[in-house]
Order: sequence, then C-alpha cells, then structure tokens
Amino acid sequence: MTKHETDEATGVDTTGHEWDGIKELNNPLPRWWLWCLYLTIIWGIGYMIAYPAWPMISGATKGVLGYSTRGEVAAEISRFEQQNADLRESLTQVDLSLLKDDPDLQRFAYANGAAVFRTNCSQCHGSGAAGGLGYPNLLDDDWLWGGAIQDIAYSIDHGIRNETDADAHWSQMPAYGEVLSSDEIDSAVQYVLQLSGGEFDVEMASAGAVIFEEQCSACHGADGKGSRDVGAPNLTDAIWLYGSDTAALTETVTNARFGVMPAWGQRLTRSDINAVAAYVHGLGGGE
Amino acid sequence: MLNYLKLIALGMIFFVAALGADWARDIAYQFHALLIMGVSAGMFIWVLRRTDAPAISTDTNGYFDGVVRAGVIATGFWGVIGMLVGVIIAFQLAFPALNVEWAQPYANFGRLRPLHTSAVIFAFCGNALIMSSFYIVQRTCGARLWGGNLGWFVFWGYQLFIVLAATGYLLGATQSKEYAEPEWYVDIWLTIVWVAFLITYLGTIFTRRERHIYVANWFLLSFIVTIAMLHIVNNLSIPVSIWGSKSVQVFSGVQDAMTQWWYGHNAVGFFLTSGFLGMMYYFVPKQAGRPIYSYKLSIIHFWALTFLYIWAGPHHLHYTALPDWATTLGMVFSIVLWMPSWGGMINGLMTLQGAWDKLRTDPIIRMMVVSLAFYGMSTFEGPMMSIRAVNSLSHYTDWTIGHVHSGALGWNGMITFGALYFLTPRLWGRPAMHSLSAINWHFWLATIGIVLYASSMWVTGIMEGLMWREVDAQGFLVNSFADTVSAKFPMYVVRGLGGLLYLGGALIMVWNIWMTIRVGHHVTVPVNANANANAAPAE
Repeated sequence: MTKHETDEATGVDTTGHEWDGIKELNNPLPRWWLWCLYLTIIWGIGYMIAYPAWPMISGATKGVLGYSTRGEVAAEISRFEQQNADLRESLTQVDLSLLKDDPDLQRFAYANGAAVFRTNCSQCHGSGAAGGLGYPNLLDDDWLWGGAIQDIAYSIDHGIRNETDADAHWSQMPAYGEVLSSDEIDSAVQYVLQLSGGEFDVEMASAGAVIFEEQCSACHGADGKGSRDVGAPNLTDAIWLYGSDTAALTETVTNARFGVMPAWGQRLTRSDINAVAAYVHGLGGGE
Repeated sequence: MLNYLKLIALGMIFFVAALGADWARDIAYQFHALLIMGVSAGMFIWVLRRTDAPAISTDTNGYFDGVVRAGVIATGFWGVIGMLVGVIIAFQLAFPALNVEWAQPYANFGRLRPLHTSAVIFAFCGNALIMSSFYIVQRTCGARLWGGNLGWFVFWGYQLFIVLAATGYLLGATQSKEYAEPEWYVDIWLTIVWVAFLITYLGTIFTRRERHIYVANWFLLSFIVTIAMLHIVNNLSIPVSIWGSKSVQVFSGVQDAMTQWWYGHNAVGFFLTSGFLGMMYYFVPKQAGRPIYSYKLSIIHFWALTFLYIWAGPHHLHYTALPDWATTLGMVFSIVLWMPSWGGMINGLMTLQGAWDKLRTDPIIRMMVVSLAFYGMSTFEGPMMSIRAVNSLSHYTDWTIGHVHSGALGWNGMITFGALYFLTPRLWGRPAMHSLSAINWHFWLATIGIVLYASSMWVTGIMEGLMWREVDAQGFLVNSFADTVSAKFPMYVVRGLGGLLYLGGALIMVWNIWMTIRVGHHVTVPVNANANANAAPAE
C-alpha cells in the first residue's frame, strides 16, 4: 500500500504516506533532544523527592529538604526581626523628643519610617510626601495639627476626623451655604483672598471683613492665621489644601471640607508609628 | 418545510430576545437582547425571501472553501481591531490621561484590556484556527467539509460570540476570570458553536479518503476537544437572574483559582500551541515544498505535549494560597514540557532542510521561520519562568507580559500571517499575492516591532521585580510601588512604539490581501485525494 521513496535533498527515506502533496521523512528522534527529555524527567523525579510534591490521604509528602514557601518567608522575616530586636525595643520605648540624641536609633527610625511610609502613606501623600489636592504636603513647615515630633506621632496614631478612634483630631467647618447668602459668601471669599495676598475686589473685601469677623475668626483667628487646636488652616500664607482660586474658595466656604485620615494606631505597632513620625518630622518641616 | 421550521424558531428567538430587552437587569444584557432581536429579524427576512424559491444547486464536488474565504477576511479584520486596542492600552499605561474623561467608563484601561486579549486570542487567533482547520482537514482528508452549511453556522456563530463578548466588556459585563471573561449566556452560546465545530471536523475525518490521519489533524483535534472541556469546566456558574448578565462561580477561593489557571494555562497550551502547531504542520511543508523532517518526532512530541501540558497550570499560582505540593507538580510538568514543545520547533525548522535558500527570496517562509524561532524562545522561557525561584522575581511583573507577547506576536501572529499569504491567492484564483515587497515590509515591521516589545518588557519586568524585592541591610523596603511605576515609563513608550510597528505591518497585510482579492474570483477546487488521484501507477 505505502511506497517508500528516498528524498533527494537529504538522502533520507520517506514513510511513504502523502497528504495533499505533503510527505514525511523517516528521520529518527534527534539524540540530543531525547537525552534532554530524559534529563528533565530524571531531574523532575529528583525534585519531587526533595520538595513537597505528592498528595496523600492526610497531607502531601513534605520532601526530604523540609522546604516550604511559607517557611522560607518566615525564616527571612525572623532573621531581620532578631537582628533588629534591640533597636525596635528602644524605638517602642523612646521619648520621641529625645530621639535626636541617639543617632543610631534615629537612623534606624528613618529607614523603618520610610518603609512604613512607602507602604501605608504614599497612596494619599505621594511617594515623595508632597501630597496633592486634599492631601497635605508633608515637606513644608505648615502644620494643621502641630509639627513637633510628638504632635505628628499623635496625628498618625489617632488619625483625623475618623469614626474609629475616639481620640482622633476632630473639627468641622460649617457649610456656610446654609448660613450665609451667596453674596455674603462671595464677599467673605474676597476678604480671604486679601488675607492671603491674592488679587481681590476692594469693596467686596471690606464687606467680607465684617462677615469674617462674625463667622470665621472664632476658628481661623481675627488675623486669619488659623489655630492648631481645631486644625484650622492659616489663611494668610500661600499654602492651600483645596486650591486658592475664587471657585475653589467659594466651594470650600459654601460646602466646607472634611478631610479624613485613618487611625494608624489600629494597624501599626508603636515602634512603626514612632518610626514614621520621625521620618515625616525629618523630611524638612518638622518643628 | 425546513424553512418554515426555521422561521418559527427565529420568530421565537425574536420574541424571547424582546422579553429580555424589556426585562433586562443591566445595560449589557439589554444591549445583547436588542442585538439578538436585530440578528434574528434579519435572518427571518433572509429565510423568508428564500422560502418556496427554486433551490439553487451547489457544486458539492469541490472543497467547501467559502467559509475559509470568509475566515481569511475575518482573521485580518479582527487582527487589526485587536492590535489597535492593544496599542491604545499600551499608550494608556504610558500616558494615563488617555483614559479620557468623556469616554468613561466604557473606554478605561480596565475594560479595554480584556477587549484586547480576547480580540487577539479568540477573534484573531480563533478565526485563524477555525479557517485553517476547515482548509487543512479537507485537503489532508481528501474530503469535502462534512455537514453542509454547518460550517457556515460555526463561522457566523463564532463571530456572534466575539461581538457579544466584546460589547459585554465595554458595557461592564465580565465574570472577572482572565481569558474567560464572557458571562454565562455568551459561554453557553460558545459551547453550542464549539460542539458544531467539533462535529463538522470529526465528520470530515470520518468521511476521509486518506488511509492515515495527518499529524496536523491530531493537533487540531486535540485543540478542539480540549478547549471544549476547559471552557465548560471553568465557566460553571449560576446566573443571578436569567434576565441579567451577572453570574456566580460554582468554585470559590483557591479551588476557583486552580480551575481558572488550569483553564488559562491550557488555553495557551491547546489554543495557542496545539492548534497553531496543527497550522504549522500543514503550511510550513506546503510553503517550503519539503517533506516533514521526522514522523517519529511528530508522534512522540504530540503525545508528550498533550499529556504534559494539562498538568502545568499550578505554576501560575506559586507563592499563593495553593499548597506547595500542587505548585511543585505544576513546575515539574512545565520543565519536562520543554523538550516536547521544542519537538514542534525542530520538526518545523528541519523541514526546511534542502530549502534554506528560500529564506532569501520568500518572505512568507521567513515569517514562518521567525515564528518557529519565537515559538522555541517562548517555550524555553515558559518552563524557566515556572521555576519557583525565577517566578518569585518574574511573577506579576511586565516580564510575563513580554513572555506572552513574544509568543502571541512572534509565534501566533507570524504563522497566521504566513498562512494568510499562503491561502489568499489560492482561494481567490490568483498566481501570487498582489505585492511581494509589501510582504517584505510587513515582515520587517512586525519583526522589529516584536523585538522592541519583548526587549522593553524584559528590561522593565526584571527591573520592577528587583525594585519590589529590594530591602536595605535592616530589612526595610527601599522603593514604593509608585517609584516602580514611574521608573517604567520610558520602557512603556518603547513598548507602545513596538506595538505600533506591528500594527502597521498588519495594516499593510490587510491592504495586500484586499488588492489580491479585488482582482481575484472565487475558485472551486475539486476534491483531490491521493488515494484516488495517485492510485494510477504514475510513480
């Protein structure tokens, strides 16, 4: 039935089959290919003896090396934990105001704090800590709730305006859209622009000064420099969390703002909080 | 009589789709119901106009090639769509502002990404596989495609599946399983189409006039059967409502993850490897005019590949909730799979023995050789990345993206282009493609595009893997995630440019195919089996 031919180009016989003009040569398996296949099989058997591999009735074979992926990670973590145990203990106990007197501990706190910051804080404050619209810049020296290292640690520990920590910083600006007319709001905004050194309408600002005195000065101060007791921002500088143009200020006065930060004390250890407080304090604006 | 039954069935489909459109729980379902109303109304009119008309006699002596011609056009069309969406999302990653506000939420990266993967894998590669299966099985069996117009049902049914899947993603319907995103009713429809595909294919094999079954058909059959099994098991889910698109998976947690990657890995294995090896085993020897290098190698590597591939899925789940023993087995099977995968490359490349000079003159052969080279590279890279230690660096990085694209652009894309250039002149009665130099341009644009794509992803993948794991002497993390993202920016631009070159090549191909078809005509090739035609003692 089948007829073997010899292929002219290679001198190899065909198998005698043909489909739509396609024939097959009767070459043997390439030796190197076969040996590589055998080698991978032998290696595979060896690997399955060495590592966890076969499911049995109660649990799988453990492998003669006793390896596990979880064990590998746990060993790596515990190596660093042992190495850092003393420093971590000191960082847990330290009086933060005295941290600068212990350079070794301070270096450790910065490295630790940077890692905590990259993992937990950078999502809002940015990986360079420069913040963004609605998220404070941590590189400057303008602090809503205090810039001393202990103040920063408190803010991190308890958070701001969250529902989960009774000791969280808390204050709430009224939405003046419910209190003032829109003309009055426009006037107040012009006065705030005057305070911060922006361009403003003189006539409206003088009317706004009266409104400011009545409505705003209790928290932001008669001079508009704010108050850290209630987290009220200083309105006389050029730093604006939610924008400084007329539209953004009108929105802020009309509907108010309500920035929330979680209470990290519920997630991080004391030493991590101290570390990240030291890191943020050391970024440049710490007091 | 049959036409009356068809009209009744179409009317009922129209009615149910109208109910669905009215009672739809979500926009995707409603859109799909309206689409099916439109399709069934169109078909109703089409059938009605032919009812009681004199039957047109078709020549059933020739090969059933109309559906292959349609497949050539569909492959080119979906290829361009899939690659275009790929280029768009590549630049969205480099420049997030391209997630333009007015097109939200439909055109954000999250919805376009599955549109890209499905358009390339299922629409472009899927159409290439179906049309080459239909062509190859007829030629190598010496028989007309079995089942008459069932072949057309497979073709149009598959296009409907693609449109339902693609529009579903844009409208927010997904079951969030990678490469298996379409929701339950789209899955059911694909199952019906796929069974019809299997029946036409098997029917042709059973009615063959060749004594032996050619190796290409082994691979294509293993592709069709295994994909059916994978598709059904991985999509087992319960709809929340039959009038809505949302469904709940039957498996949960780590079982669901394991099922998903058993499916996902073998979608690569049996769709993009076995199926395409079937194409390779036909088009490479035909284009080179040379016999297959080794029959023995084709048997051994076929069975080894088919047996081993199905176990390798757990390597996608290293360092997860999946127990270590399962990932060990996945890894070992992946390593042993290396040589069986390379068997296909050796058999393809060595088939050129005695025809290597054609590389200088024939860009189609050159495409096939580059395709086999990328196949060899990816099937070495894959087992290497499945090794636990390598995977701990490579997993979740762009290295994986580079790996799949050296496979998809290099292997699947290039062999498909070669097949399209082989088929177009033969199906439309032309001596050759319209422009040989355009094929050359396509070859170089595509090759440079792949090199830019793969190398930029290797660089950025390994870089981000190293950045993620970098800790200082005290074990503290050195980089934030956002640092790694910004470090990748230049490589993202290079990747986008690579994709653009590849898309440019495909557009040249589509133009070339169009110019060839324009002056061509439909040819009917008489069924020609060696058993009959060569039975005369001509040798």
